[in-house]
Amino acid sequence: MEPFKKLAAVSLPLLRINVDTDCIIPSREMKKVSKTGLGEGLFAGWRYTGTSGRRINPEFILNDAKYKDAQILLSGMNFGCGSSREHAVWALAEYGFRAILAPSFGGIFYNNCICNGLLPVVLPEGDIALLAEWIIANPAENQLVIDLEKQIVSGPEVIAFHFDIFPQDKEMLLRGFDMIDMTLKRQDEITAFEERDKKLRAWAIPHRE
Amino acid sequence: MAVKNNMASTLFEKLWDLHVISPLGEGAALLYIDRIFLHERTGAIALKGLAEKQRPLRHPQSIFCTIDHIVDTLPGRTDDTLMEGGKAFIQSTRTSAHAAGVTLFDIGDERQGIVHVISPEQGIVLPGLTLICPDSHTCTQGAFGALAWGVGSTEAEHAMATSTLKLEKPKAMQISFRGQLAAGVTAKDMILHLIGKYTAAGASGYAVEFCGEAVSNLNMEGRMTLCNMAVEFGAFTGIIAPDEKTFDYLEGRPYAPKGGLWQKALKDWQGLNSDEKAVFDKKISLEAKDIQPMITWGTSPGQAMAIGAQVPQPSAMTDHYRRAAATKALAYMNINPGQNITDLAIDGAFIGSCTNSRLSDLRKAAGVLKGRKVAAGVKAICVPGSSSVKRQAEAEGLDQIFKDAGFEWRESGCSMCFYAGGESFGFQERVVTSTNRNFESRQGPEVRSHLASPETVAASAVMGRIAGMKELNHGTL
Ligand code: SF4
Repeated sequence: MEPFKKLAAVSLPLLRINVDTDCIIPSREMKKVSKTGLGEGLFAGWRYTGTSGRRINPEFILNDAKYKDAQILLSGMNFGCGSSREHAVWALAEYGFRAILAPSFGGIFYNNCICNGLLPVVLPEGDIALLAEWIIANPAENQLVIDLEKQIVSGPEVIAFHFDIFPQDKEMLLRGFDMIDMTLKRQDEITAFEERDKKLRAWAIPHRE
Repeated sequence: MAVKNNMASTLFEKLWDLHVISPLGEGAALLYIDRIFLHERTGAIALKGLAEKQRPLRHPQSIFCTIDHIVDTLPGRTDDTLMEGGKAFIQSTRTSAHAAGVTLFDIGDERQGIVHVISPEQGIVLPGLTLICPDSHTCTQGAFGALAWGVGSTEAEHAMATSTLKLEKPKAMQISFRGQLAAGVTAKDMILHLIGKYTAAGASGYAVEFCGEAVSNLNMEGRMTLCNMAVEFGAFTGIIAPDEKTFDYLEGRPYAPKGGLWQKALKDWQGLNSDEKAVFDKKISLEAKDIQPMITWGTSPGQAMAIGAQVPQPSAMTDHYRRAAATKALAYMNINPGQNITDLAIDGAFIGSCTNSRLSDLRKAAGVLKGRKVAAGVKAICVPGSSSVKRQAEAEGLDQIFKDAGFEWRESGCSMCFYAGGESFGFQERVVTSTNRNFESRQGPEVRSHLASPETVAASAVMGRIAGMKELNHGTL
């Protein structure tokens, strides 16, 4: 996994609430047993018009040339709610996004982000609105800086915002660790738990008669 | 069990504590995972991921897999499905599951069905267990007093390789439904009422415990409906303390413990409830009698209303974001603000999904349909939640009632609960559906989905427009 340390990039304001993972990557776009080939299907229902094919919808912000290099997405509360499909994160990452700023996230989506080096940043609705207003008003200076080490989001003209993140998640993102490798270092603890648990909850071991 | 009894704890805390292997600081922990369920939509890729990295599964006997999402539900089905590339998902799942030594409930297996329906049927989920699945509605199984939640494919890989998951401890919320439901009001109406009142993000960051007289009165199937949509409320999961109904349901199921182990389990399970003095981070209390049959009008499950009410006016909403979302949703749904929802003619009616396709749901819908006909022009489909539900329904003659009324009677699976590029309702069609998500294009290109109970779906199918039992019976229930 590519480590996430500091990012200075263009951001794209998609200020909608409850953007679900079906919208981020419609089911019909998940055509293969694969984690790649999904970027093109990102937001397909909004990005393209008509029922099939790829006619660009000029009204949708992703198709606005100003935001073509965007790596930061600003959105409303409950971003990534709905289906657990990790394809939503794979699609966002493949398209080029490296961080999402929202007042809250769907829980599974949030964890999926961490597993894939995409940084989810929780900021109050008002702070995100302020950032979005500023970006829209100053398109030429559209550049936000996210410093994960310091847990700060800042832009040239606006105050910097601090954000919270769990230490374990931060560590994983900063170092680009693989979660399974990290846990396998705890083999002994897992085995010890199983030994204890076997006696306490013998009924919990699946056994078909 | 090692439940700490020196301090009053919530059910959630007890389940959490039982599974902590190592604390990871700031409330996070490495938790032990007792059961893992997979399906061909998101599980195939997890199995493939592990195989590619040559990582062994820690306990294959704890891992189960079903074919439910992409498989056709048309009679005489095979691996071929209407979804482009769908066959590869099914076959890759089968190959990987066999290679990994995982139990597979394949097409044609009498135990096959929707993951969250068959796990309880087989006694795979039990009180006091942790169970994960790369599927957001895994919370359904919290109805059994288990800690069950949806994860992504990478986390599923992690759980298969290590039998653990790292988790940040959610806060605990208690939602109590006091008193009794009015006649004709169902578990589906309870959950839609709750989400409608507190929004689709109302439980973000919380594990919610449902309790109260109206919850205790529900049968296990109703409890599963309630917990199923906890995720639509933004919750990490939903749980209900196990009781006699839970134990009766599970006793004798294929994977449930037997004999002495069953007795030991029963004893342990008695303690699985929130202590009287337990402290919740948040509490919601609702009067069950205030709940009416519900329907959604928008594209988020939180955009819900009583069937008799009028569609809300976005202009009356003070919050900018909610107003914008409501305006956009009404435009998508082609509904006028303030109009009567019962004036909307429908093109489709769907009874199915892990929310509402168990035997009691089908019985209730059949009760409405008996001696009646689906209105002309309405495409009506019933998809039993599992092959076992289908067999039982057929043994009772329910299939005949559905067919006589004009419903299609299908093989079990997720079917048109979601659109994967295969079969779907038509462009911009209006559908009343017993499923859990009214998202844009969830059931087909720009399909307008209205979530409701199976009874309401059946009544609407007969009327050819959105209608509850009251409308169908001219004002009486
Ligand atoms: S029935 Fe629908 S909601 Fe349930 S698991 Fe299948 S696709 Fe998901």
